[in-house]
Amino acid sequence: MRHFAQLFIVLDQTTQADAKVAALAQYFALVEPEDKLWAVAILSHQRPKRTVNTTLLRSWGAEVSELPDWLFEQTYQMLGDLAETIANILPTPIINNQQSLTYWIRYIQALSALEEADRKTKVIAAWEQLSPPERFVFNKFITGGFRIGLAQKLMVQALSKHTQVEENILAHRLMGNWTPETTTFQQLILEVKPNEHISKPYPFYLANALEKTPESLGDLSDWQIERKWDGIRGQIIVRKEECFVWSREEELISAKFPEFHPLTKHLPDGTVLDGEIMPFKDGQILPFHLLQTRIGRKNITKTILQKIPAVLIAYDLLEYHGQDIRDRPLRERRQLLEKLLHENPAADTLLISDLVEVPTWNDLKTEREKSRAHQSEGLILKRKSSPYQADRQESDWWKWKVAPLCIDAVLIYAQKGQGQGASLFSNFTFAVWDEERLVPFTKAAAGLSKLEINEITAWVSKNIVERFGPVRSVTPHHVFEITFEGIQKSSRHKSGVALRSPRINRWYKDKPKEAANTLADLQQLLGVYGNTTDS
Amino acid sequence: MALLEFTNKGIYCAQAKIYIDPWKKVKQALITHGHGDHSRWGHDFYLCTRSAKPVIRHRLGPINIEGMDYGETRMINGVKFSFHPAGHILGSAQVRAEYKGEVWVASGDYKLEDDGLSEAFEPVRCHSFITESTFGLPAYKWPDQFETYQQINAWWAQNKAEGKVSILSAYALGKAQRLLHHLDPAIGPIFTHGAIENVNEVIRSQGVILPKTTRITAKQKKKDFVGAIVIATPNAIGSNWTRKFQPYSVGIASGWMATRGARKRRNADRGFVMSDHADWDGLNSAIKATGAEKIIVTHGYTETFTRWLREQGYEAYGEKTMFDDEAPDTSTIEKQPE
Repeated sequence: MRHFAQLFIVLDQTTQADAKVAALAQYFALVEPEDKLWAVAILSHQRPKRTVNTTLLRSWGAEVSELPDWLFEQTYQMLGDLAETIANILPTPIINNQQSLTYWIRYIQALSALEEADRKTKVIAAWEQLSPPERFVFNKFITGGFRIGLAQKLMVQALSKHTQVEENILAHRLMGNWTPETTTFQQLILEVKPNEHISKPYPFYLANALEKTPESLGDLSDWQIERKWDGIRGQIIVRKEECFVWSREEELISAKFPEFHPLTKHLPDGTVLDGEIMPFKDGQILPFHLLQTRIGRKNITKTILQKIPAVLIAYDLLEYHGQDIRDRPLRERRQLLEKLLHENPAADTLLISDLVEVPTWNDLKTEREKSRAHQSEGLILKRKSSPYQADRQESDWWKWKVAPLCIDAVLIYAQKGQGQGASLFSNFTFAVWDEERLVPFTKAAAGLSKLEINEITAWVSKNIVERFGPVRSVTPHHVFEITFEGIQKSSRHKSGVALRSPRINRWYKDKPKEAANTLADLQQLLGVYGNTTDS
Repeated sequence: MALLEFTNKGIYCAQAKIYIDPWKKVKQALITHGHGDHSRWGHDFYLCTRSAKPVIRHRLGPINIEGMDYGETRMINGVKFSFHPAGHILGSAQVRAEYKGEVWVASGDYKLEDDGLSEAFEPVRCHSFITESTFGLPAYKWPDQFETYQQINAWWAQNKAEGKVSILSAYALGKAQRLLHHLDPAIGPIFTHGAIENVNEVIRSQGVILPKTTRITAKQKKKDFVGAIVIATPNAIGSNWTRKFQPYSVGIASGWMATRGARKRRNADRGFVMSDHADWDGLNSAIKATGAEKIIVTHGYTETFTRWLREQGYEAYGEKTMFDDEAPDTSTIEKQPE
């Protein structure tokens, strides 16, 4: 457990991906295969089930700490995390337990069968043997609250570094419904499986942002223009009657999209499609956030599949009848793609990315302005003669996004963050004027620098008007520029609108609050750019 | 009237007409240690320990300053003053004041562990004790310091193996030398920020042995830093100054690193829990060892710690110092020496 707690500290703190991979690889080199497998499981979100609820944990922690309740409470409030509070305030053990991660997982699993009194005895006994960082991990395990931001890709990289097995093979081996109870590190990670190479994806070709004028790209007829969709960039592979879905981060996400699995019946063996996975129902693109809620779920239920079905808007064909065709020019690949989809109409989860065909660059600019009405983010420009390139030294793919919408708003509520941000105000609610009244219309958390967050925290602390639970209303004073990618009518919001991806773009320190925008301005934006169907 | 009282200029002994660590200009000042918030510029006369004097002089220039040995006494208008080790940094002291049998101790900043460099903390019996409370919350408990040194050296070695420079953030006086004292020079070369090397020079001239360090100048090339550790002042981190060390990993050794939130907020790759202040247990045992009945709590978690002490049966109250305006967990306080 000591090594795992140290690993957690590094993974939790550093933002450098290579440092995370190095720490993981180092951990794998240090521990037994059983522990390796548990670590892979836990860090891939197979965390242990809750065996103790937080109410009990809090009362046991307060009791063992021998601190007065108010002091326990104040410490908890300062840290913002119960598991950490208990981990830190209990005395440091004199003799540190040297047991493995697996030992402690089994210890925790055994808790659920016990009566409350025995569970308490076992939990306290554990606290007495574990150092504070280990106690923290233990507490997170027993409350089922262990969370860590670790991309599956980094896990795969670290395992590859440790085992010398190729990354895409490992990603494939990690798929499926395994648990450390049903397999071993040897079986799952090290043993060679038949046909496992068939899941291998091609590196994605990424588009660059267009910063020069579109005219500088030359003759418009050399370019294939499509709408830029904001979904999940994905590659769908059908080989040997199996279907694999990869995300752009090269994570294998097949299990999240069962609707694509029947493609094995509709597409020929050896087909690889590149496209955008989008939520789509009754001929309509659904808001992207719905797809996000789907991605976040461990189990994709029937209800979800019916409520938020997904399609692939295909825009490229990389493998055709088992042949890698990436070197052929886009115009040929496009023809083959059209042919493939035409010949296999039963594949109702596949749409083709429609082409935008206009005579002049000026017409194209007009088309770009219409992007929001098409629920797209802008346009994508691809040179018709371009091969599908793996590295993009000289890009022939350009994304030409529409500018975000923006509005100047007054800060009216602030709320502290959770966990790591527990002592800083980092979530804000903004309002626009409706006559003399300020109407809240959006929350935003992203966009301020650390320095600005410190500064606004100091200001908020001195300007609190009222407290509603965790929310503080503040004297209306500061004006911020809020940018957002879309606007929708919403009956659930006081203002009548809901924004897509709102961000704090700028803090106007010199703008008086009276100069902020009005509700009428927002409604005008809704009229021009909005999707007026209620979300 | 109390022997020591809190005024808008600092802690004052009216009987001796002398201040302790005053923050405004005064005639006579007793200085507990050389950190900027305790030894300020502009007093007519400074009295400190013999080992604190060189650094204070280095920082404040031509001042009228006198150094005393620990335990040596000085009578000022009937008040007997002496300095006693506080263990905070080299030369740091608690001030003992005795008048007509009544004993007060103003402890300045202190820690109980012996860091091998500062004169080790000694409890002083007294009636009234003035204590800081920077880490006066039970969430702050320091791990064994030698474990932390090991972690720091292991981190350095690991970075070296990955081809990265290690940048360790440390306040120029105190923390930097404590870290240097415990780094393993066998791992690689040690470089220092100019502000730190200036202090190193002063401290070395006092006979303290520190490992070999190289001052960072514009002349050095990227290749000079291969496998190196760089000890940098907190405000140099993230500035252009660190560019030539790329690729690098940033570590911070501080008591604030004991909480996950603070670790995540600071722009560092690793946080090491190490402080030159007493932790929760340290504060409590130091107070107990004085035998004092009256405890005056200053900068830090003043209110919380005062209430706790009262419930323990002490006659305790909090006093504001000029540094109490901010809660301890905001960015400003993190710039303060520790």
